[in-house]
Amino acid sequence: MALLQVFIIATIVFSIIHVMPGDPALLALGTERQQDPAAVAEMRHKLGIDRPLIEQYTTWLRNISKFDFGNSLFNNEPIKNYLAQRLPRTLELAIISTIIAVFIGIVSGIIAALRRGSAIDVGVTTLTALGISLPVYVLGTLFILIFCINLKWLPASGFVKFSQDPAGHILRLILPSLTLAFGMSASIARMTRSSLLETLNKEYIQTLRAKGLSKKAVIFKHALRNALIPVITIIGLQFGNLMGGTVLVEYLFNWPGLSTLLVEAVSHRDYPLAQGCIIAIASLFIFSNMIVDLLYGFLDPRVR
Amino acid sequence: MLKKLTDNKFFENKVFVFSVIVLVPILILAIIGPYIAPYDPLEINPSMVLKSAAPGHPLGTDEFGRDILSRLICGIRPTFIVAIGATALSLAAGVLLGIFAGYFGGAVEQIIMRVMDIILCFPPILLALVVVGFWGPGIQNLIVTIGIVYSPYFARLAFSSTMQVKKQEFIEAEISLGANFARILSKGIFPNILAPIIIQISLTLASAILLESGLSFLGLGIVPPTPSLGLMIGEARNYILLNPMYVIWPSLFLGVTILVINIMGDSLRDILDPRLHA
Repeated sequence: MALLQVFIIATIVFSIIHVMPGDPALLALGTERQQDPAAVAEMRHKLGIDRPLIEQYTTWLRNISKFDFGNSLFNNEPIKNYLAQRLPRTLELAIISTIIAVFIGIVSGIIAALRRGSAIDVGVTTLTALGISLPVYVLGTLFILIFCINLKWLPASGFVKFSQDPAGHILRLILPSLTLAFGMSASIARMTRSSLLETLNKEYIQTLRAKGLSKKAVIFKHALRNALIPVITIIGLQFGNLMGGTVLVEYLFNWPGLSTLLVEAVSHRDYPLAQGCIIAIASLFIFSNMIVDLLYGFLDPRVR
Repeated sequence: MLKKLTDNKFFENKVFVFSVIVLVPILILAIIGPYIAPYDPLEINPSMVLKSAAPGHPLGTDEFGRDILSRLICGIRPTFIVAIGATALSLAAGVLLGIFAGYFGGAVEQIIMRVMDIILCFPPILLALVVVGFWGPGIQNLIVTIGIVYSPYFARLAFSSTMQVKKQEFIEAEISLGANFARILSKGIFPNILAPIIIQISLTLASAILLESGLSFLGLGIVPPTPSLGLMIGEARNYILLNPMYVIWPSLFLGVTILVINIMGDSLRDILDPRLHA
């Protein structure tokens, strides 16, 4: 199923590039060298667009199945190398943000639900509304202003390899992952709160309380388990948004991940590189959906 | 439904009234902004570069000495043009496609809804980034791209509502009385999908503003020198040490605008969909 989705995405990426108005070769060459017919012909050959469409399509699919995305138009390096270098960095950012977001979101959601109507509840509800509305790059800029410029606690941006400087690596990871996590934790907190409130109103919970079970046992052993099922769905859906968010956050914090690579490729009109990036990001997205489905079955035996 | 709209139900909801009170001035700014701005937003003044607040420039100036207040007032207009244009496009395309798919079923349904599913499986900003990136930035391209990206949400809504309404007896009665497709659309289907669609419109507006400003921030949205909030934040980021207020004002303005539209969407949901109250 996941493979089929990757196949569909590969097909769409192929067609987006070919349906687009304008000749990719002309666009790749830029306005000056467009005048030179020899250069255009060479570029068309290099991109493979001088061959029939069907042949291009089958070659494209065959190469992708071997993880061969061709070479970058600019320095002729294999795109595979780029992706192998950048993918772990984006993945690192995404996974750490997700962990932070799940933790903050679920804990604050539970507290808000249990203290319904209190100051904490109002605070959490207000923050979640903010978290959903505030663009990630606005939040990230504010973080940079506060933590890097005013308080001087953290380095503003950049990237160092973990093997070279582990502490520096982690310090530079904090702000981008917090920025990404904020919006996601808002959605998770919202869902946890409403789902837990709904579950606590169910009859079987009242029965358990009537049987004399302590409030703690009811909440943590019975209610939470059921309340978290829709939360898992939200986490899965939000992971897609997170992958979108990395585009802006990586750019803002100069984090050299997959999304920065995509932005570079798009602004340089490096078609093959952009294609490779999209396929890699979309595959991550599909893969994460698969994990969510598995988790779902684990929490809710009826789905298995 | 129409009776509900003429009711005072909307104005009994305090949150809705609040969001309207905040949103209306922003909308007015978007319409008349260029006429009331104290300075020309493109006017360069080399003697007043990156001032935080100065006489005549209450919000300071940017790296070219342009007045930030004037740029804010004028910058909200392209944002709303793109957001409203894109929402209108996705509304029209999505609702029509959804109704066609739901009404005719069969192969029409399969083709339309599968295409919509495919659009949905990309994160919106990724799809928009690629299309705008290769197509070129600019207001028209943004409207079309963002409109396409968000049309599946409307198509799904319209599709499922049409499917539900189609089965009901009054539609069958209409058909048996010889009503044509246009009549069934306007009398039977539209009134029944109005409420969820109004809610979706406000959500889409907020998302479209978010997406447009994000693309502009990356330099792939609105083309300079046209002022745009996302673009301003992207530029101001480079001067954050020299004039931190330069980045704060557009961020605040943009944040408040999106927040208010989202709050309005939530209150609309409360008003129009009482089932969710419980």
